[in-house]
Amino acid sequence: MSKPYRRPMSKLWWLRRRPYTAFMLREISSVFIGAYVVLLLVLVWRVDAGPSAYAAYLDTLKSPGMLAFHAIAFVFALLHTITWFLLAPKALAVWRGQKRVPAPLIAGPHFLVWLLLSGGVAALFLA
Amino acid sequence: MADETITLEVSRYDPDGDSEPTFQSYDVPFQEDWVVLDALNYLKDQVDGTLSYRWSCRMGVCGSCGMMVNGVPKLTCAVFLRDYAPGPIKVEPLAHFPVERDLIVALDDFVSKLQDIKPWIIRDVEKPLDEGVYRQTPAEVARYQQFSMCINCMLCYAACPVYGLEESFLGPAAIALAQRYNLDSRDQGRDQRQELVASDEGIWDCTLVGECSAVCPKDVDPAGAIQQAKVASTLDWYKSFLLPFPGRRKQKTEA
Repeated sequence: MSKPYRRPMSKLWWLRRRPYTAFMLREISSVFIGAYVVLLLVLVWRVDAGPSAYAAYLDTLKSPGMLAFHAIAFVFALLHTITWFLLAPKALAVWRGQKRVPAPLIAGPHFLVWLLLSGGVAALFLA
Repeated sequence: MADETITLEVSRYDPDGDSEPTFQSYDVPFQEDWVVLDALNYLKDQVDGTLSYRWSCRMGVCGSCGMMVNGVPKLTCAVFLRDYAPGPIKVEPLAHFPVERDLIVALDDFVSKLQDIKPWIIRDVEKPLDEGVYRQTPAEVARYQQFSMCINCMLCYAACPVYGLEESFLGPAAIALAQRYNLDSRDQGRDQRQELVASDEGIWDCTLVGECSAVCPKDVDPAGAIQQAKVASTLDWYKSFLLPFPGRRKQKTEA
């Protein structure tokens, strides 16, 4: 009996269609979020080491490479946050009788709380 | 206009003679009201009777005619030639499944997974027939109705790169079907399905690419079903720590 043919899957499958590429970008955004968390932890560590250590670390963060990293990480942080908030209604099925609460009413509060928290943090630092 | 044609590039594979599939080009009459399946039927009737593919109802109900059309899983009875004009239109068997012949894929793995999730109403104890049917309110029907619309066309599996990379993945349609029964107020079989659904090959293999829902011709939203099953399973896990008696953890899936 003849054997069915199994097609190999290209390692570049995620470049073949835009939704797959968008998915991979969303996944890669986690790497930048993680790297940024490491930088923050190092910041706390340098604060604990004293004023001179903290000042030296701030100088390091001002280097062109670090500035470029922060710009890229910021874009990926936005992508990460927006895409996951938009997916929240898939996981949260809230019902009112026979009607499911529309997706914007699930995703909307996520964005609202995000804006309020971000505004609060910004106000704290700008004050 | 009557002489206008459009080119179909059709994947051909003869398991008795070919080492791998190849593409064959055909020019078919371009008719405004022809779907891709009409063009395939024209080819089989008028040009090449050896062309093999599945189809049945031609009205988006049977789920038999799913194929890759220009790289995207589609029911070929539901996409018009005019949507792809001026062509060419590349027609391939559904991605991620072994190819039996031409545009026909092997169904064994999919059917086996459907059976594994026990897609029927399970009762701890069936009530006697003379007590009548199990009644449901419209709200109880609404909870699972969307997930019951699946026609087993397998487009979601062809769109799922996780299934393409890991054949052991239970997959979108099977998990959506499990969720359909788990959410049914008449069903008491969630615990029996949970071992498979909440396994590494089940919901936790899903990385939420989301294309299963995007390509679904019946708006079943299997990606949503999987994420809601993840929420329910996570709640189970927390309850296993917080609640002292296992019997109290049993619940209808909430999502």
